Amino acid sequence: MNSIILLSVLGLGNLFLGFRRSNRLLLPAAMLMLAVVFGVNFLDWGTSQSFFNDMLVVDNFSVAFTGIVVLTALVLLPFSQKYAQDGEANLAEYYSLLLFSLVGAIMMVAYNHLLMLFLGVETLSIAMYVLAGSDKRNLRSNEAALKYFLMGSFTTGILLFGMALVYGATGTFVLRDISFAVQNPVNASLTPMLYIGMLLMFIGMGFKVSAAPFHFWTPDVYEGTPTFFTAFMSTVVKAAGFAAFLKLLVQAFPAASAQGVWLPTLTAMCVLTLLLGNVGAVTQTSAKRMLAYSSVSHAGYLLIGLVAFNGQLEGASANGLFFYSLAYSVATVASFGVLKLVADARMREDYNGLNGLAKTNPLLAFVMTVAMLSLAGIPLTGGFFGKFFIFSAAVENGYIGLVVFAVVMSMVSIYYYLRPIIAMYMRDAEDETTAPPVPVTGFQSAALLLLALLTVVLGVLPGLVAGIL
Amino acid sequence: MLTVLLLLWPVAAALLLHFFKGGAARVAAFGAALVELVLAAYAAFTFNSNHAGQFSYNLNWIPSAGIQFAVGMDGLSLLLVLLTAFLVPIILLAAFRRNFENESVFYALVLFMETGLIGVFTAQDAFLFYFMWEVALIPIYFLAGVWGGVNRAKVTFKFFLYTIVGSLFMLAGFVYLYFQTGASPDGLAAHNSSLASFYNLNLPVETQMWLFWLIFAAFAVKMPIFPFHTWQPDTYTEAPAPATMLLSGIMLKMGIYGCMRWLLPVVPLGVDRWQNLVLILAIIGIIYGAIIAIRQQDVKRLIAYSSLSHVGLMIAGVFSLTHIGLQGASIQMLAHGVNVVGMFFIADAIERRTGTRTIADLGGLTRQAPVLTVCFLVLLLGTVALPLTNGFVGEFLLLEGVFEYNAWMGAVAGVTIILGAVYLLRMFQRVMLGPDSSFTATFTDLTGAELALLVPLIVLVFWIGLFPGTFLHLSEGSVMNILNEVVKR
Repeated sequence: MNSIILLSVLGLGNLFLGFRRSNRLLLPAAMLMLAVVFGVNFLDWGTSQSFFNDMLVVDNFSVAFTGIVVLTALVLLPFSQKYAQDGEANLAEYYSLLLFSLVGAIMMVAYNHLLMLFLGVETLSIAMYVLAGSDKRNLRSNEAALKYFLMGSFTTGILLFGMALVYGATGTFVLRDISFAVQNPVNASLTPMLYIGMLLMFIGMGFKVSAAPFHFWTPDVYEGTPTFFTAFMSTVVKAAGFAAFLKLLVQAFPAASAQGVWLPTLTAMCVLTLLLGNVGAVTQTSAKRMLAYSSVSHAGYLLIGLVAFNGQLEGASANGLFFYSLAYSVATVASFGVLKLVADARMREDYNGLNGLAKTNPLLAFVMTVAMLSLAGIPLTGGFFGKFFIFSAAVENGYIGLVVFAVVMSMVSIYYYLRPIIAMYMRDAEDETTAPPVPVTGFQSAALLLLALLTVVLGVLPGLVAGIL
Repeated sequence: MLTVLLLLWPVAAALLLHFFKGGAARVAAFGAALVELVLAAYAAFTFNSNHAGQFSYNLNWIPSAGIQFAVGMDGLSLLLVLLTAFLVPIILLAAFRRNFENESVFYALVLFMETGLIGVFTAQDAFLFYFMWEVALIPIYFLAGVWGGVNRAKVTFKFFLYTIVGSLFMLAGFVYLYFQTGASPDGLAAHNSSLASFYNLNLPVETQMWLFWLIFAAFAVKMPIFPFHTWQPDTYTEAPAPATMLLSGIMLKMGIYGCMRWLLPVVPLGVDRWQNLVLILAIIGIIYGAIIAIRQQDVKRLIAYSSLSHVGLMIAGVFSLTHIGLQGASIQMLAHGVNVVGMFFIADAIERRTGTRTIADLGGLTRQAPVLTVCFLVLLLGTVALPLTNGFVGEFLLLEGVFEYNAWMGAVAGVTIILGAVYLLRMFQRVMLGPDSSFTATFTDLTGAELALLVPLIVLVFWIGLFPGTFLHLSEGSVMNILNEVVKR
């Protein structure tokens, strides 16, 4: 709760800082704020408190996921340095929007009332709609913002419609009361309405986390959005979205009768997401589009964590989701960070733009390699244990076929995650003028090293965070 | 604790190597590898061959999942740790002959890989074993991919994909086995993944039949056994010489060791069902590799195919499930490691001087390089399995093991010795004897440093050939234990 208040106040403060017309202070200020929020967030560890008449509940689950989203934003910020150097006029607004969107993300992981879920989703999304179009003079950025906004607001409408139907059937917005009403229906003729409402909410959530078949916006929007914000979109939105999704399943629809409806639905979505995400990524020539499809495919792996549901916000399923989200966020920020630096210097985002990077910038190449190996799920990196925990949770619940399919898909993924590595280490740039050394500030190097170190620590000593929930 | 030290030292040295540049990095890397050898030798001297697991160390790695960081050594592990610790300094010395870009990174990767290899040979927990298995793969992928030949990107990509897909199958098998086990010793987790609990599973035969292939997939690709071998000749040829030595000298032993430790005793009933099929594949590999080797024009490719043929015999020995066959495989792993590293070094020495590896371009090296000729001949005869050399002991025991299982198979597998002599002596004749060619006119003999590198190898060729008991004695107990586990059910 403290983190929500702090972030809102600090976000406003950041806006006022923008009046000074000096960009130099903004980045350190924003980072300091996030570091403070990150620390304060963990003061709530081990306590379970509810706020605003039970509309928000802060427990270990919400604290853990808040930790992920705040940490992600914190390590991402150094990659916005170029905005300050270029004298971007609206930098303060960007940072404030990021901080406000984090407020939305935290509401999504701590809600106990569907209204809070809706507010969280909207707070997060509206900031994202604006930031997607922040490169105002770029046609693709405009296109991305428009696409994201039109489709996003449409699906938010569907989400809201679903909530309304669930309310109609159960007479409540509070998660536990919904769960009670599902198990003890007052009027059996309303049951179809309840499940239709539930499935409509899944559509809304599926869109936010870019799960197939609601993922079609992802590649275009990711590609058009300035890379800095793409990184934010593909990590914070996804981590918060899946935490909210799991909460919805565990606290509102754990009943066996409801599971009979949503398990096949989610399993089908999961298979489709894995298939379309991985196969889509294989055919890309742009590294950024590949990462967009890869983000779709990771939604598929995370959906396995939902399918392996155990009725609690602790145990194998929740811990698997937590570990996976953390490892995925760290690796994704690292890969988008490197890609942004390279794209800024070389003006291209395809694989060939990475050619010869190992010679000109060994550090960038190394961090990108660690990130790719982690996303591919190779041991020594956090991504391996993320997949390991999620898959074993699913095997434990008997979803062997699903896991076999997911393993085959992650074999496919090795193909496209190796392509940047091959470009960086085994191909030479055509000539020096088109592939100059990429300028990296000390701040950014430190952030990249931290990300690589985190990935390796998660991959070597997973016991540090595995099983904390 | 000694095992942990053996594991941590190379990786620590690899990290420290970052602070050295150029020549200093060479000295530091070599020094670190020598320290590792001393540690391994110390382990060998204090080893008590009457006990099973020694130098054990346990740490709760992932308490919530019952996964332990459990390492330890029995005779078989020790043998392979010794082989690794002995070959790595030699491979580093061989690497100094060439000037690689970013030397310190190159040597750091070699040392890093040493940790992975030793981890594979000492792991006592299934997931730790898998983890180390991949730790050994990542550095070799970069060693071969970054410093390799023209086609390196394509070839190493295939290599990486083959091995990782194989090992994912193994991981799937381990995960299945894991869920069949009981609670972890500390009671924190519902399952555990220790080697001992895998040995005590007693799964039904139908389950073991498919589990066998899941686990065997990783080993089959790594060794490699026909028909999973297609990555091997290309990768051996394209990789730089030190990486080829690591691949052929040490890495392929991971597969054979894996079969002995993690396949035979874990799914004995599955092994029983598929034993015949694997033996037939192994024997096809023996003949196939040898026949293709005869036709090769490239020295490196020829050695690659000969290696395929020799590995086939080791697999056949292991799957004969006889005491003598397993013992033969243990000692042949050592012998093959020594011989193949020496052979690849000589191939590289010739290539550095002449700029070619094509057999037709070479000839008449004896006259300019008598010392090289002698060294080459000794290693070659070791590979051909001439009595008194190391290859003889290993291949004799292996063939006897296969013969004990099935006389016909033994007879066919025996062809390997004849065919081996054909392709190796033919190569020797065309490279070392005969008229000079334009490439070989200015050939120079081995330098002192090169000779210093080959001498330990040659000493071992005779040592293992004349006194095999030193090494057979080490693995005796482990082989007995493995076979006891296999026949228990």
